Amino acid sequence: MSTSNYEVSKADKKFIGLHLLFATGSLFVGILFGPLQALEHSGLDLYPYLKPIFQSYYQGLTIHGVLNALVWTTFFITGFLTLTVVYGLKRDLRYPKLNRVGFWVMVVGLVTTAVPILLDEASVLYTFYPPLKANWAFYAGLTLVVVGSWIEGYGFYFTYAAWRKENPGVRSPLMALMSVITMGMWQIATLGVAVEILTMLLPWSLGLIEGTDPQLARTYFWFTGHPLVYFWLLPAYISWYAMLPKQVGGKLFSDSLARLAFWLFFLLSVPLGFHHQFVDPGVPAGWKFLHAMLTYSVFIPSMLTAFTVIASLERAAKRTHGGKGLLGWIRVLPWDDPSVSAQLLAGILFFFGGIGGLTNASYNVNLVLHNTSWVPGHFHLTVASAVTMSFWGISYWLIPYVTGKKLKHKRLATWANWVWFVGMIIFSNAMHVVGLLGAPRRTPLGLAPYIPEEWSGHLLRVGIGGTIMFVGAIFYFIVVARTAWAKKYEPADVEIPVAESVHDPQQTPAWLDKWVPWIIATFALIIIAYGPQLVDQIANMSLNSPGGKYW
Amino acid sequence: MSEMKTSINIDPYERNWIIISVSLAVVFGIIIAVAGFAYGIQVPTPEQRVDPRTVSTEGPWADPGLRELAPGKYEAYIMAQVWSFLPREMTVPVGSEVTFYITSKDVQHGFKLQDTNLNVQVVPGQVSKLTITFDKPGDYHYICTEYCGAAHAAMFGTLHVEE
Repeated sequence: MSTSNYEVSKADKKFIGLHLLFATGSLFVGILFGPLQALEHSGLDLYPYLKPIFQSYYQGLTIHGVLNALVWTTFFITGFLTLTVVYGLKRDLRYPKLNRVGFWVMVVGLVTTAVPILLDEASVLYTFYPPLKANWAFYAGLTLVVVGSWIEGYGFYFTYAAWRKENPGVRSPLMALMSVITMGMWQIATLGVAVEILTMLLPWSLGLIEGTDPQLARTYFWFTGHPLVYFWLLPAYISWYAMLPKQVGGKLFSDSLARLAFWLFFLLSVPLGFHHQFVDPGVPAGWKFLHAMLTYSVFIPSMLTAFTVIASLERAAKRTHGGKGLLGWIRVLPWDDPSVSAQLLAGILFFFGGIGGLTNASYNVNLVLHNTSWVPGHFHLTVASAVTMSFWGISYWLIPYVTGKKLKHKRLATWANWVWFVGMIIFSNAMHVVGLLGAPRRTPLGLAPYIPEEWSGHLLRVGIGGTIMFVGAIFYFIVVARTAWAKKYEPADVEIPVAESVHDPQQTPAWLDKWVPWIIATFALIIIAYGPQLVDQIANMSLNSPGGKYW
Repeated sequence: MSEMKTSINIDPYERNWIIISVSLAVVFGIIIAVAGFAYGIQVPTPEQRVDPRTVSTEGPWADPGLRELAPGKYEAYIMAQVWSFLPREMTVPVGSEVTFYITSKDVQHGFKLQDTNLNVQVVPGQVSKLTITFDKPGDYHYICTEYCGAAHAAMFGTLHVEE
């Protein structure tokens, strides 16, 4: 506790930096395909010019989804959480080699997945619903990425357990506790997709079994699929709760409610996957309704987060910067710090993402928007705004911290944030609207014969918004590349922002620092919400859907 | 561990906020339940299992199309396949109540009847069933809303509702 000037070791900085390198590289390649999709919707299809390298819109969409939603996030998160665990505990990794093994397993997985995708042997999009059949290496590679992230997670657990032993009676440091909770949730959640791949997709793609049960596969997939979005979001929340208040010159408003919110996410993230399957034929309506209600319950920790984060910001604005008024205080926040502005803009967009999320989760309202372009419009506000922009904000200090080089082009970084923000408003609004009018998602609408004239204005806005976003992303890549590969070494004087709490964390109740009751409650709730349906669907499994490669 | 006063420190504003949040979630839940169970705006529920390898050669989907059960009451058996719906066109009089039974013989598809609440996932081995009444005449496109391969974008059909 006393080692307040704890410094992350050089080796660990390099290790975190490697995560960021792979994460950012994946984001870069993934984002190259974004405007191709968006412009296609506006009537400018550039894919024919990409042949013979890239075969189709769907191959591009697969690259875009896998790299941005799965790889960029997972690599950034494991790297960032390494920092928040180590720096939160002010203790080195217990078994640094274990974490290295985890990381390189993820890298091997990434390469194994990338090869069939690039060869157009896995154009199955990032949900890979069977029986569209990808090359086995695609499934094997994804498995390795997940397993690698588990191993890195084990490394966090051992480190955290060692800290607990060394510090009896001391409340877990908030940042580290949140990180370990995030990893714990992820490991429970990914059991679904692990079972899907290992018992069905991998043996099937290897020719060991003849067919799949597509309905059961969807149930397995969405066991993981929705908590996946909390796996993306919670690291951004770690920054919003435990770092952003410090960056704006204030303190965390409520330490204990921050902890409670994370435990509620741990408890509630998994048992609600059927809300992605409201219109599935093989899931009984009663279970769908139960999961709709459970999804509403995750609204509570989300609202707790909104309150605590905004209260921390308002308190800082009024006490440190002399801000006044009901909303006037927002203006005096340090918007000129690109790390702050990225996260504030992320939060603003996430407000709309949250409203859309509640709409999606609404049992029968979902009939109107299921599989329409409303859905990608929605998740570009969540994963591509709240999460990605927060990660950008983190990287503006994290890259200088791990490289020891000062952030270059601070103003361009601010521009990157704002340009992405403006492009996103145009793009996602158009996607939502045209989705409500009936446009399907994952469809090259320029080729669809049923498009009414009234959609064309909105589809044009999809292209305009997407192009503006692309410009913002390029600004971002210039900033981080020029910083990381700066020739001149300008030592960065970066301090990791750690927000103090208004109240002494030692006074948070002990039950917010105990794992066993929360783990028991979580498994109990999963068994109640999923158990009977899983047993039923597995007992009635028919692996009679052979499918194939239809692209 | 020395036992000191440990309690969650809840600001009055925060308490009110939590009360509002919980109430909102409860109200949303009630509204959805009323729409679903009092007004019958319902989602699909398991109907029957079929064998995707044989479903296009035996049983009702061997001859997909409309069946008139009674005046103004129809069943529509629809086969989704790469990359078309069978039948591609159907015609019913305005005011008809149509129950759709949709399945796939190959990969997953979607079936969304534009400008209605009929929107289902079509999963091989399963039957997606929903009933809907057509009060307004017109041409309603049914489109595939799940990626199903190369010509997914071209997959659609038309239901004519005539005066």
